[in-house]
Amino acid sequence: MRDVAIVAAGMTRFGELWGASLRDLFVEAAREALINAGADQLDAIYVGNMSAGQFVGQEHLGPLLADHLGMAGVPAIRIESACASGGVALRTAFLEVASGASDIVLAAGVEKMNDGADVTEILATASDQETEVYNGATFPGLYAMIARAHMEKHGTTEEDLAWVSVKNHRHGALNDHAQFPRELTLDQVMGSAPVSEPLRLLHCSPVSDGAAAVILCPLDQASRYTDRPVVIRGTGMATGSMALADRADISFLDAVALAGGRAFEMAGIGPAEVDVAEVHDCFSIAEICCVEALGLAPMGEGRHCARTGETAIGGRLPVNTSGGLKSKGHPVGATGIAQAVELFEQLSGTAGARQVPDAEFGLAQNMGGTGASSVVHILQAV
Amino acid sequence: MPSPRYWREIPSRYRLEATRCGNCGRVSHPPRGVCPACCGTDAQNLELSHEGKVVTFTVVHVPPGDFLMEAPYVLAVVETPEGARMMIQVADCDPASVEIGMPVALEFRLIRKEGKSGILCYGHKAVPAYPRGEEEGADLESREMEVAHA
Repeated sequence: MRDVAIVAAGMTRFGELWGASLRDLFVEAAREALINAGADQLDAIYVGNMSAGQFVGQEHLGPLLADHLGMAGVPAIRIESACASGGVALRTAFLEVASGASDIVLAAGVEKMNDGADVTEILATASDQETEVYNGATFPGLYAMIARAHMEKHGTTEEDLAWVSVKNHRHGALNDHAQFPRELTLDQVMGSAPVSEPLRLLHCSPVSDGAAAVILCPLDQASRYTDRPVVIRGTGMATGSMALADRADISFLDAVALAGGRAFEMAGIGPAEVDVAEVHDCFSIAEICCVEALGLAPMGEGRHCARTGETAIGGRLPVNTSGGLKSKGHPVGATGIAQAVELFEQLSGTAGARQVPDAEFGLAQNMGGTGASSVVHILQAV
Repeated sequence: MPSPRYWREIPSRYRLEATRCGNCGRVSHPPRGVCPACCGTDAQNLELSHEGKVVTFTVVHVPPGDFLMEAPYVLAVVETPEGARMMIQVADCDPASVEIGMPVALEFRLIRKEGKSGILCYGHKAVPAYPRGEEEGADLESREMEVAHA
């Protein structure tokens, strides 16, 4: 396989963007990436999107988005793996370039969630309709059951959960693309309305519109587009049980651990060598479970990381320097690509006030549903 | 929900039909033809007992549309003595009284009235299980009345 680099990135602001349609969002992010690369043609387009059919009544996104980008004729494919759609689009684009089949590929993600549809019910379609949703499950409810199991097994507290939100908002306050670029206090999080116990409103990522895009090419052609490429050293994907009830340990995300292990093996590094990570904090408990499953913190110790500052900018291993899904926003299909955009900035030294000094290796972990699918990428500065 | 799907799911919802893998013994509910643990295809049918214990749970305050009138309600993963696990509601109790390990009985109940037409959808809910003779007086009376009406 060829070495593959990310050579440019583009991203819309995340938020309730009532004036922008799904196609507007995609075109804005993709155009920015193309302009940054100075590229005027593509060999292929992959677009991560969870559910445009339900959110805005639009399927067949490949040709629609290629057409609106002025790229009709280019192969264009929509990738779906619920909230991991963006990460899986990146992986698919990577494999196409690594294989030698294509030389310049756009990996994008887009979701338009604020358009009048019932978001709670649409998101719930990423869990098991027959055994979970039938009996009244919601996404916050499912993650709340993971949180309760984690509390039982590892002694995690509501305050541990709240610190994840406080830490990520501290980071997001420095990101002008974030939906909620402001800090929160522990009391604000602990006093917010219960959504599904023990999760409160400020433990939950928001409903967001947005798009993100990166351009991939073989490393030996990267100098045509940039003098600061970032190399994709490893990719790993895994699936796990769809229904929570089918998991031996409900507090452990085994697909995340499998995907991480595969990405580390391919990259030839271990968790100790990661300098900056973006993990899928759709709910505060998810960040705790993910840093443990990825080996970024010992099992049962993930709950302390945000409070002690270990995972804050300036700490041992900064996690979610972008603000994470919580503060930056979570347009579900765009999230996996937005994580890659943050790492591209961190590893090319262009992250501004959020910059982690001398970051060499970055890890991005994206997951679908309650972790039934997960994809991990390891990036390296060159 | 389309009615063919509702009809298909009746055996597992109404009668708690499940399968046990003839190779590794894993119990699946609803029934599966291929074992998720060992890929075995020797699936033997069984009916689950109507009891279990709470493995994990939450109290849902922000519900989906069909459950607006129910919130707050308890949703839990319950494990039966056969080792099957299912996600169902815990009813007939103060949500604050539910805890991990709590013994429950599984009862046939109305689960939801679906959509604008209000189609009645049935299944099972868990209720607190009291050891025989220790049932709270009021509960016992209401149970007897339910039986009398039935």
